[in-house]
Amino acid sequence: MMLTTGQAVASIAVMAAVTFLTRALPFLLFDRGDHPPRLVLYLGKVLPPAIIAMLIVYCLKGISFAAPGGWVPTLLAGGAAVLLHLWKGNDLLSIFGATVLYMVLVQGVFG
Amino acid sequence: MNRKTLAAAFPFTVPVLMGYLAIGMAFGLMLQSAGYGVVWAFMMSLTIYAGSGQYLGVSLLATGAPLPQVAFLTLMINFRHLVYGLSMLEKFRGMGVRKLYMMFSLTDETYALLSSARPPEGVEEHDFYFCVALLDHCYWIAGSVIGSLAGAALGFDTTGVDFAMTALFLVIAVGQWKAAGSHLPALLGAAATLVSLLLVGAEDMLLPALGIIVLVLTLLRPRLDESRPAQQARSQEVTP
Repeated sequence: MMLTTGQAVASIAVMAAVTFLTRALPFLLFDRGDHPPRLVLYLGKVLPPAIIAMLIVYCLKGISFAAPGGWVPTLLAGGAAVLLHLWKGNDLLSIFGATVLYMVLVQGVFG
Repeated sequence: MNRKTLAAAFPFTVPVLMGYLAIGMAFGLMLQSAGYGVVWAFMMSLTIYAGSGQYLGVSLLATGAPLPQVAFLTLMINFRHLVYGLSMLEKFRGMGVRKLYMMFSLTDETYALLSSARPPEGVEEHDFYFCVALLDHCYWIAGSVIGSLAGAALGFDTTGVDFAMTALFLVIAVGQWKAAGSHLPALLGAAATLVSLLLVGAEDMLLPALGIIVLVLTLLRPRLDESRPAQQARSQEVTP
């Protein structure tokens, strides 16, 4: 579904405002030496891995098992990203290597 | 900010230059293939300035997500920034108007640079921080504009380039997995999202998933909160 220009601008404005808010909030709340609530510190530590796992599942929601082309490229490229990263630990190599592999698989092999 | 500060800050930012050009280009390509051209790429990178947030943003724009969902998901994916700010309170103190920009530009990478980099002899500390932040922001904008233009000009088949988002999240997850004391939050995140996907379907899966995650993590706090060991919690109960 394509948004109208106004809707897209509104979406981007919301993303910008909320992103700024998450970055500015600690300064607004705690810059006078108040101690941050423990619950906030705790959630700040345990939420990120849970959110990233959630987003990975979200990214994989389009998988279909009806044909090999619906899941094999994702499995191979996803595995490549993880293995490359465990092996070399280089963000760019892992992301680009896996993406190029995925593009070759969906366009060439299973296309 | 003067030439000397710029010359001192630039070498510190080279790793981010490489990273932002590459990840920014993938963002520009993805956005282009979702039907949004170079002006959109420029505006998003100028005003939002968040790697994983903008990758998710492409998907939110492409699926026409309603504004409350856009707001909530952006909040969640950027939740980690709350922690970054807490450790920069001292560093940014006394920066005046520039502090607004320092808060705005506190990405993962700039945070990493600012927490480790020290200004060389004879360079004013706050000028140096500001310069590092500004350079990083320029790299990010440049990367996304180049990616967008390349996607439009070369006209090659970009089918599948959106896998860069999946790969980015997998890479972040591998790093978190290695550093984490407990893998429970990550496993919970995946499990809750799968449950939500099966219950409400792909369209509306994220909000229920987030609800479950926050609720269960709050309930698990006595077990997972390492900053509050059992002994300390007990002694707090005794002391009024």
